[in-house]
Amino acid sequence: MEIVHIFFLAFAALAVVAAFNVILQRNPIYSAIALIVVLCCLAVLFLTLYAPFIAAMQIIVYAGAIMVLFVFVIMLLNVREEDARTDRLKYLKFIAPVLFLMLVGQIAFFVSKVQNPPAPLQIPGSVESLAEGLFTKYLVPFEATSVLILMAIVGAMLLARKDKPEEIDRMEQALIDAQAEQSSPADKAETSKEEVAA
Amino acid sequence: MQSIFNSIDFPFIIGSLVKIAVFWIFIMLVVAYMVYAERRVLAVIQNRLGPNRVGWQGLLQPFADLIKFIFKEDIVPLAVNKALYMMAPVIVLVPAMMVLIVYPFGPENVPLPFGAQISSFLNGIGTSLGVDLGIDISRINLYITNFNIGLLYVFALTSLGVYGIFIGGWASNSKYSLMGGLRSSAQMISYELALSLSVIAVLMMAGTLDLTEIVKGQSGWGGMRWNIFGGPTLAMMPAAVIAFMVYLVSAIAETNRVPFDLPEAETELVAGFHTEYSSLKFALFFMAEYVNMTTVSVLATTLFLGGWQGPGVSSLPWLGPVYFLAKVFFFLFLYIWLRGTLPRFRYDQLMNFGWKVLLPTALFNIILAAVLGVLFL
Repeated sequence: MEIVHIFFLAFAALAVVAAFNVILQRNPIYSAIALIVVLCCLAVLFLTLYAPFIAAMQIIVYAGAIMVLFVFVIMLLNVREEDARTDRLKYLKFIAPVLFLMLVGQIAFFVSKVQNPPAPLQIPGSVESLAEGLFTKYLVPFEATSVLILMAIVGAMLLARKDKPEEIDRMEQALIDAQAEQSSPADKAETSKEEVAA
Repeated sequence: MQSIFNSIDFPFIIGSLVKIAVFWIFIMLVVAYMVYAERRVLAVIQNRLGPNRVGWQGLLQPFADLIKFIFKEDIVPLAVNKALYMMAPVIVLVPAMMVLIVYPFGPENVPLPFGAQISSFLNGIGTSLGVDLGIDISRINLYITNFNIGLLYVFALTSLGVYGIFIGGWASNSKYSLMGGLRSSAQMISYELALSLSVIAVLMMAGTLDLTEIVKGQSGWGGMRWNIFGGPTLAMMPAAVIAFMVYLVSAIAETNRVPFDLPEAETELVAGFHTEYSSLKFALFFMAEYVNMTTVSVLATTLFLGGWQGPGVSSLPWLGPVYFLAKVFFFLFLYIWLRGTLPRFRYDQLMNFGWKVLLPTALFNIILAAVLGVLFL
């Protein structure tokens, strides 16, 4: 038993409590904040497992970027507290305990199977070793993942784009119409003058 | 339980706590006098006098302000979300303060004046109580701790500060606060990208994420090894200068300062996210802003201007903190100078500038730094 173990257990417990909070809170903003707490706890767990780089990335990527967007959207749309909806999906109540017990059984099975867990890494998982792994041994999966993410970004851009060709045409037409409407009284006046002159 | 106590390195923990306390008090003083300096320098720029009544040249003004803040009525509006409203200032301030522990403010293994006497005195008390304390503070390292991922730690914690502003703006349940909070978080997300990307050029020059190592790598050549001049080779200078520019601009935006202070634009939003805050809670927001300014100034000093490096540090190591402070104060002065000089951006200009100018520049600079690094490093 070392001090690191105590930290590990304390933050693991906190993570579980916060995770329960995520699903039990009715107000989505509280759920989101509880999820941030979970992610920060996970970062501490990585730190106690000698993986400081993963810990920092956990906070930068999940807590610092993704959850900010979640909270942003929740606040921007001002999502109200969820009403208690008991009428829908009633049968889930009966399935849920069974599924939960199955999950607990699975966890218990695997925990009982693992007799000799591998000794934790005593050398800190340095950035160098991680980079070496990523750029030599796992280069192809790494690059494939980055291409996949790029595809997801391009796809999202494509779906979110409003200025499709026909819409541009329509908007331009509307602009031209508006201009024509603005200038038409003057035109008419001019033409009438010309007519008079003629 | 005995084994737990044996595994704890008490001298290390107590030493760290003392260092943190000293550093914390020092930073608080810097923040307090930063506010004072801001008011005086702005006064000079605007041809006024500024606060000069409390103490000699108004030097006790920060303490007068603090006492005033404490004794103001603490108003909590009725319609706020109480729990989150109370939490928000704390969420802003705590990560801002936590960042400070990784910065090296001087060299390693420095002789502490009277350190030998103090440690023998403490050990004497220990032996009279029958405990072997084994304290030795005759030579200390002038940093609180060094991570091998110090820089990432800084970025991780600064990215958390946005929640406080955001939650404060939302929990206040007021239009101005919400708009301020939304603006601020959109702005901080946008400029954080450019900020992090600009630092990559420095990482290529330094080859490490450890801030103490980054500073050590910048010694020699009479200051020409500073990362702003290209670090290990002068050929890297173009990339370094661009990185510094991008860093400086995004750091100012990141701390919500003029000319990027849209979140608290008083002409449109009263005071932005802290409209509904009063008394000490407002003071906490205020403090967090100045601590953040100090943080980005310290990071700029560490990454680009050689940290505590300067002439004569190798023979007189206590000059290190002096040089360090001088460089940090230069950046802090720059902040005040900008505030006295520049008008505020419009919001769409701010977003366009962040996404269409700064971010592509930062990305281009990574390629430039990589090419130069392959050619010359």
